[in-house]
Amino acid sequence: MALYILGALLVVALAAFIIGRARAISIAGREISSLHSRPTYHGGFLAIWASVPAFLATILLASLSGSYVENAVLDKFSDTLSTIGSAQTQAFLRDVRSLAETAGETGRQVILSTKGELREQAELAAELYTSQISTVNVAMLVLSVILVLAGGVYGYTRIKVEKRNRHFVEKFITGILVICSAVAILITIGIVFSLIFESIRFFQKVPFFDFLFGYHWSPQSAFENASGTSLAGDNSRIFGAIPLFVGTFLITFIAISIAAPLGLMSAIYMSDYASQRFRAIAQPVMEILAGIPTVVYGFFAALTVAPAIRGWGEAVGLSVSSESALAAGVVMGIMIIPFVMSLSDDVINSVPQSLRDGSYAMGATRSETIRRVVLPAALPGIVSALLLAVSRAVGETMIVVMAAGLAANLTINPLEAVTTVTVQIVTLLVGDQEFDSAKTLAAFALGLVLFVITLCLNVYALYVVKKYREQYD
Amino acid sequence: MAKSEIKMSGKDVSVSYGAKQALFDVNLDIPAKQVTALIGPSGCGKSTFLRCLNRMNDTIDICRVSGDIRLDDQDIYHRDIDVVELRARVGMVFQKPNPFPKSIFENVSYGPKIHGLVRNKTELEEIVVNSLQRAGLFEEVKDRLHEPGTGLSGGQQQRLCIARAIAVSPEVILMDEPCSALDPIATAIVEELIDELRENYTIVIVTHSMQQAARVSQQTAMFHLGHLVEVDETDTIFTNPSDQKTQDYITGRYG
Ligand SMILES: Nc1ncnc2c1ncn2[C@@H]1O[C@H](COP(=O)(O)OP(=O)(O)O)[C@@H](O)[C@H]1O
Ligand SMILES: [Mg+2]
Repeated sequence: MALYILGALLVVALAAFIIGRARAISIAGREISSLHSRPTYHGGFLAIWASVPAFLATILLASLSGSYVENAVLDKFSDTLSTIGSAQTQAFLRDVRSLAETAGETGRQVILSTKGELREQAELAAELYTSQISTVNVAMLVLSVILVLAGGVYGYTRIKVEKRNRHFVEKFITGILVICSAVAILITIGIVFSLIFESIRFFQKVPFFDFLFGYHWSPQSAFENASGTSLAGDNSRIFGAIPLFVGTFLITFIAISIAAPLGLMSAIYMSDYASQRFRAIAQPVMEILAGIPTVVYGFFAALTVAPAIRGWGEAVGLSVSSESALAAGVVMGIMIIPFVMSLSDDVINSVPQSLRDGSYAMGATRSETIRRVVLPAALPGIVSALLLAVSRAVGETMIVVMAAGLAANLTINPLEAVTTVTVQIVTLLVGDQEFDSAKTLAAFALGLVLFVITLCLNVYALYVVKKYREQYD
Repeated sequence: MAKSEIKMSGKDVSVSYGAKQALFDVNLDIPAKQVTALIGPSGCGKSTFLRCLNRMNDTIDICRVSGDIRLDDQDIYHRDIDVVELRARVGMVFQKPNPFPKSIFENVSYGPKIHGLVRNKTELEEIVVNSLQRAGLFEEVKDRLHEPGTGLSGGQQQRLCIARAIAVSPEVILMDEPCSALDPIATAIVEELIDELRENYTIVIVTHSMQQAARVSQQTAMFHLGHLVEVDETDTIFTNPSDQKTQDYITGRYG
């Protein structure tokens, strides 16, 4: 119902806009320029008054109505429900909802989880539920109509020649922009807080330092006894995250060792050596490289690079596991080359041409100019580009899931299989899980650690970039 | 003005940027140990000509230079000429001061280092101090040689750039509107410096200020739409120009 009303309000807004504009034109008569604001602003003014109050009221009612109706049902059937547990009550409500939704339709099978007397009660409750919902819907409709009429009439009578509706519309737009950015910020804050709270729950089961500094990771053997509380002693021994950090670090290190030189050198070539023509071709190619989904890199790593490395290893008599840190690291390195390149290209290009000219005019060659003037000037920016690349590599999931393996080996041998923080988050959450088991919550704790690491890297990198920008502005 | 030897000369110099021709058959001699001023309205090719003299135009992909340009009777566009060496002999100072984001000392020592002009630290220090002194900057910065050159005032930065240019002992110094980003006091200081430098260097300066051209130069060349309109002793140009365009330009009747 709410959706229909909101749809109708769009039409109302459009109509009000046209009416308001026509009204403004007719008030002004021949002299349109006597209006303080152009007619469209008066149209906007009327559209806002006619639709926005009703829009807000509908959304408010719709979001409150669900819990209101449920509470009404729970109230009515409190006698029955007081005897059963909360899980049963949830099942009861679920059934009530599905019964109510299918009430009018015949021949549709509803799968219900309650049985016997509770089932009969649920059917009764569903009737109550249905009638309550329709009451709410009627209320919503009536309220909307009243608000549209009231707002419309108010707005219509306020359209005057000297009315400053241009400013009104301006303020309204400002308000909308503020609300949108507030929503984005609040959602971010919400995610961070849920991460923190779930992590705290995890740390109640597994001590913080056991998690952070433990070197044995095997959450599959997490054991919970019958009452649902974990055996803290065991858990603190199997949730040691050091192998994951080491694995993440190892792969990131390999990736950066590949991406940093290649990305940086190609950025230098592109900005200071390449001809216009070459740039015009090469830049789009790099963008294509940057646009390849990481899952594609992932199976490239797993199916092409890993076997190749294994083959080479065997040829020289090294034992290489079929999933190796090296394969994942190399492919991840390739993946972030365009990233490193375009960031350093920006930085190198923002070193003013006048500095290069100064150096050339002194008789310096190109590479002397790059080494002695451009790179030192761009260094802070390049460092921060590399930090951003590191944080990208640390958070990368798909490639390592496919190519690095799941074994939480504590090793820095790049030829062995290792696992990373992101891979483990995936494996912890894949499949059926109790939401509040230590195993699931561990994913939040890992997520939090990952978040803190990348946040620090990004903040520091951006800080460096900013300082560096100021130097040339 | 005594007739002096010719340090640099351009014969039939034409320059085009892609399809657009910027200079047409310019013939201009630069006398040694004098200041030659290039004047003319914006876009007439003064900077383009100046940049031919140390082949800075080489750094622009689309730029094509033809004609014969000589330094001490040596064709500088000849295949055997090493551009790096040429630029060490023909230094340049730009319109906007562009010290490297390094210390004052490193700015001046940049040239001697890349050209391997010094054998040890003492020699290097000698050159730096000497160049700063000749650029009239040493007294002001002697206590902060190791602070960034970008921290100096605009006028000081420009003198630092001059010191940087003379540190490799060039024979010719090209200056492209060296004072246009400076305030009148800094301008006066730099002009005085140019007058002193004339003793040891051949100087070519582009300027938009008629007074400046009159004050510092001995020879003046007037450009217009890519053509050299006339060239003569500065006194003659400013008192008795032979071309109407020059007359209009120096009296301010021409944009
Ligand atoms: N890098 C360049 N690319 C293309 N055209 C240029 C370039 N530099 C200068 N020009 C053109 O050459 C002409 C002469 O420019 P310039 O020598 O800078 O004039 P001036 O220094 O006398 O003001 C102008 O028309 C300008 O547009
Ligand atoms: Mg110019």
